[in-house]
Amino acid sequence: MSKDGSELNPDSSELTLDGLGIPMWLTLEMTYRCPLQCPWCSNPLDFDKFKNELSTEEWKKVLVDGRKMGALQLGFTGGEPMLRDDIEELVAYAEDLGYYTNLITSGVGLTPERLQALKDAGLKQIQLSVQAASKDLSLKLVGVDVFDQKMEVFEDIKSQGFPMVLNIPICKQNIGETRQMLEMAERLEVEYIEFANVQYYNWALLNREEFLPSIEELRAAEEVVKEFRDRLGNKMQIYFVIPDYYEDRPKACMNGWGAIHLTIGPDGAALPCQEARVIKGLEFPNVRDNPLDWIWNESPVFNAYRGDSWMKDPCKSCDEKENDHGGCRCQAYLLTGDAANTDPVCSKSPMHDVIESCVSNIASPHRVEKPLVFRKKGAITTDFLDV
Amino acid sequence: MAETITADDVVELSSMYLLRWEEPQQAHILLYPEGVVKLNETGAEILKYCDGTRTAEKIITELNELYTTDVSKSVYKFLEVSYVKGWIRIKS
Ligand SMILES: C[S@@+](CC[C@H](N)C(=O)[O-])C[C@H]1O[C@@H](n2cnc3c(N)ncnc32)[C@H](O)[C@@H]1O
Ligand code: SF4
Ligand code: SF4
Repeated sequence: MSKDGSELNPDSSELTLDGLGIPMWLTLEMTYRCPLQCPWCSNPLDFDKFKNELSTEEWKKVLVDGRKMGALQLGFTGGEPMLRDDIEELVAYAEDLGYYTNLITSGVGLTPERLQALKDAGLKQIQLSVQAASKDLSLKLVGVDVFDQKMEVFEDIKSQGFPMVLNIPICKQNIGETRQMLEMAERLEVEYIEFANVQYYNWALLNREEFLPSIEELRAAEEVVKEFRDRLGNKMQIYFVIPDYYEDRPKACMNGWGAIHLTIGPDGAALPCQEARVIKGLEFPNVRDNPLDWIWNESPVFNAYRGDSWMKDPCKSCDEKENDHGGCRCQAYLLTGDAANTDPVCSKSPMHDVIESCVSNIASPHRVEKPLVFRKKGAITTDFLDV
Repeated sequence: MAETITADDVVELSSMYLLRWEEPQQAHILLYPEGVVKLNETGAEILKYCDGTRTAEKIITELNELYTTDVSKSVYKFLEVSYVKGWIRIKS
């Protein structure tokens, strides 16, 4: 479930998704542990400090309470959710409650036996992340040699008959393999392939200058996508958009804060989106301490940026605020210092130059390339940060 | 794959789609990987007829009998849109 709203079926104009104040989308971050080291990982920089994961029974309570409030779509994610041994049990439990269950995984640890058990539990679909079309590049990008294992899992998922989404985080390093990735998806008859622009929070933000593709690279990839779209029609849906850094309006992030998305972190923290912890000064309520309906309806955090009364100008007086809700709060916080500011991606933002200068930096012939920072314990020190 | 639906095509909901009534929303909801769509009454009605036994033509005729006005055009339009979006497929 990405932040750019891709899951929201953007063209369903007359059949719009009006949340009615219901957290229709529940995302469970089962753990922040992960065998991979993706340098764009959206998990917190201090991921290794989250040791106190919710127990199976605690997750079940979240499921019951969420369903009571009308939650429908359920994502098991992480970290790597398959590192938990209770996913099968929780999927079965969630299916009984009437959720539509999605597993979001790197595929590592998804053995044929566990796949079978997940099928029996009623799991509806699997989103598999793939980082490259070649073994060599995959190793360079995720830091561990898991490509062959991923490809096996890929085929196992298809032979089990799961509908699947292929998620490819797109960056400068792998955008050149767009065609090969589409060919791979076509060969394995994937229903939906999502080229997810790397969103710049946490690890990705550390590596932003190395990752952001040039507009020329993006247009070239877009051409390839168009070619496949024309040829395959609705046999395979291909999601691809130009990153917000090259747009002059922000994404309608999460359809608005506290509108339809509710994420529960491994430690039980309730988050309006998976990145929200980057905003300092917010005390996230925890499902261990507070009832879920209070968290959603009443808690200060969920009301902080709900609706539009928190807005400042230019958003406040803007006639487009219904479209984008002022963009992404996390991006506003990280790039302008205040989450209530206009997302600087917007050309109306007085701080839009932070985006422009980043874009011109990466295009500069004088840019000094830096090594990638991989997501692993000790890769950076967070000791001096209040993360 | 055919670009559009013709009168003789038997249509059904695509395998990964789930249509059901949701009490909290007071509406029919279409659930699918990565998506939720809240349907209006007529949309839900039409999709219920896409059950793998009726042709597009039959769906239109039967729904027309339920309404006082001629709905064939809008039903066909909805079927077309649903097909393009991948909600329904032609049964082979
Ligand atoms: C954080 S991962 C957790 C699940 C699992 N470890 C995986 O990689 O699929 C969830 C999804 O977010 C994607 N992702 C991770 N970091 C991202 C970023 N900075 N921007 C966009 N997508 C990202 C991954 O490719 C994956 O599909
Ligand atoms: S994005 Fe990569 S590092 Fe982060 S949780 Fe997923 S697989 Fe692990
Ligand atoms: S000023 Fe704010 S509301 Fe208006 S378009 Fe920009 S981000 Fe959206």
